[in-house]
Amino acid sequence: MEIFAQQIVNGLVLGSIYALVALGYTMVYGILGLINFAHGDITMIGALVSLTVIQLLAAAGVPAPVILVLAGGSAVLVCAILGLSIERIAYRPLRRAPRLAPLITAIGVSILLQYSAALIWGKQYISLPEIIEPAQFTIFGAQLTSLQAAIFLLACTIMAGLLWFIKASRMGRAMRATEQNPDVAGLMGVNTNTVIAFTFVLGSAIGAIAGLMVVLYYGLGHYFMGFMLGLKAFTAAVLGGIGNVGGAVLGGLLLGIIESLAAGYIGDLTGGVLGSNYRDIFAFLVLVLVLVLRPSGLLGQPGGERA
Amino acid sequence: MNATQTRWRWLLWVAVALLLLAAPFLIEATLGRAWVRIADVALLFIMLALGLNIVVGFAGLLDLGYIAFFAVGAYCYALLASPQLAIHWPFLVLLPLGAMVAAVFGILLGAPTLRLRGDYLAIVTLGFGEIIRVLLNNLNRPVNITNGPQGITLIDPLQIGGFSLAQTHSFAGLTFTALHSYYFVFLACAVVSIIISRRLEDSRIGRAWVAIREDELAAASMGINTRNMKLLAFAMGATFGGVAGGLFASFQGFISPESFHLIDSIMVLCMVVLGGMGNVAGVVLGAVLLTALPEALRYIGPLQQRWFGEVFIDPSDLRMLLFGLALVLMMLFRPSGIWPARRRTAENVTERMTEKRHASG
Repeated sequence: MEIFAQQIVNGLVLGSIYALVALGYTMVYGILGLINFAHGDITMIGALVSLTVIQLLAAAGVPAPVILVLAGGSAVLVCAILGLSIERIAYRPLRRAPRLAPLITAIGVSILLQYSAALIWGKQYISLPEIIEPAQFTIFGAQLTSLQAAIFLLACTIMAGLLWFIKASRMGRAMRATEQNPDVAGLMGVNTNTVIAFTFVLGSAIGAIAGLMVVLYYGLGHYFMGFMLGLKAFTAAVLGGIGNVGGAVLGGLLLGIIESLAAGYIGDLTGGVLGSNYRDIFAFLVLVLVLVLRPSGLLGQPGGERA
Repeated sequence: MNATQTRWRWLLWVAVALLLLAAPFLIEATLGRAWVRIADVALLFIMLALGLNIVVGFAGLLDLGYIAFFAVGAYCYALLASPQLAIHWPFLVLLPLGAMVAAVFGILLGAPTLRLRGDYLAIVTLGFGEIIRVLLNNLNRPVNITNGPQGITLIDPLQIGGFSLAQTHSFAGLTFTALHSYYFVFLACAVVSIIISRRLEDSRIGRAWVAIREDELAAASMGINTRNMKLLAFAMGATFGGVAGGLFASFQGFISPESFHLIDSIMVLCMVVLGGMGNVAGVVLGAVLLTALPEALRYIGPLQQRWFGEVFIDPSDLRMLLFGLALVLMMLFRPSGIWPARRRTAENVTERMTEKRHASG
């Protein structure tokens, strides 16, 4: 039972990070109908930027809370600019192109980001310097560090804030209008180009925070880390119903729990035949199952699938 | 077309054929033996790119895990013709078998996903490619099947009758090393692939694929069984990959999961996109260019060393950067590729005209 509680806690923390990345996929998909393949790599850039800032400031002896705020801030700034320019340069000219074109561009951007990162940061794993000593405490028989708790709470705050923003603010309403029908939204006086650019900026900024969290959680960064993270976050978005912001949150948390439980129990269940090295397969299995059984996802509208 | 033109055309083909037959010897004499090997690999990539072209170019289904079929074919050959499982089946049995197994994998992957939108297919195929690699890496426990990350060594070379391609043969005053012999086998396979692709393109099936690519709903209402046609495209593409994989395994004599990375799928996709999606000649051109280009880029490492005293950009990273950039720029400025398909050109012109009408009206 203790193992079960532990896996649930781990899953929730991991899942909240997936959910943050999934938000970026789902918001862009909702408005443009485009899978932004590069989103996982934007998160990776956010992670590596914050790692570099932490390394520099930790060496200078700056206190930990200041370091974290500055690291998060610079990652958000870099990723927001990156998201904005990618939308402007690579996606906007192709908005009316045949549907294969923006997908291929997105893959191109993803490769560009990965290997630019390899050029800047090298191909080795970069480890996080020891800046915080997380306190340990026990909850329902599960071990939890203050770092994990902080990640989970911050992620929940951001998600709640985003849901409120989309529901209540003027820009949020413009986003929903553009999502329903860009042409009509334009006629109603919504500047759809601004809205789409803003969506990219918002998604990338949230992705940057998720990148910082991954770095803090695993203590490592790598130029290729965005690939698996992106694949899982996309799965989370599909699981919750792609295009649905609440669904991305639900899907992320669920996927985190599924993955933790599966990785924790697969050894026992199969008598040690399959190990946790199959961990990364679960996300994919979930993706295929959802696509076969309920392509619209948990919170999506059934039948809304455009063939 | 009048009679003289026909004769000239015929002569041109003979010249091309002779040039292709003489190519390995010419290449060895001018560029050195390493480039004969590169020519062999280029022929393999032509087969792969033509296979992916059926899926992406003809049927318009974006497959990002195509290298998995190559891996399936390669491992199928390697397992049944190496000391790994102590089985040594003949090549002429294994090649069709590898093709079939790859086709079955293609259908297995396609069946659950093909009724979905194209972008989902892209992600699922991407995941599928990774899964195959993870499986190959981990299927050494509890029973050692694939030998894990160490890969399979001592794979049997091609042997047709009593003629082993691994040995050096002399014929008509020419020396055929293994590289030369493989060149001719690969050339034959590549030519067959080109002919199949060309015949498919204009066939009833090929036209059905194009119809699905352009408008699935319209295609379905014209009586095309879209699901079966898409599955057929997947199976057909996978078959090409499987055959190429088997040839690759016998050619290398060694395979490991590291040869079947996502990056390799992307590279084949680049060949198709840059050459010209849907145009067989363009895809062949793309495959040759993109095999030769990275090899040429290899010289950049030493050049940097000489000019700046140190290597700033690893040539293989530079290659990937250029690929990424090329994908983006091609889609932005020349979406139909270096050598576009005739049908595509026609489409693009009409598209531009409708856009203009929208703009003025």
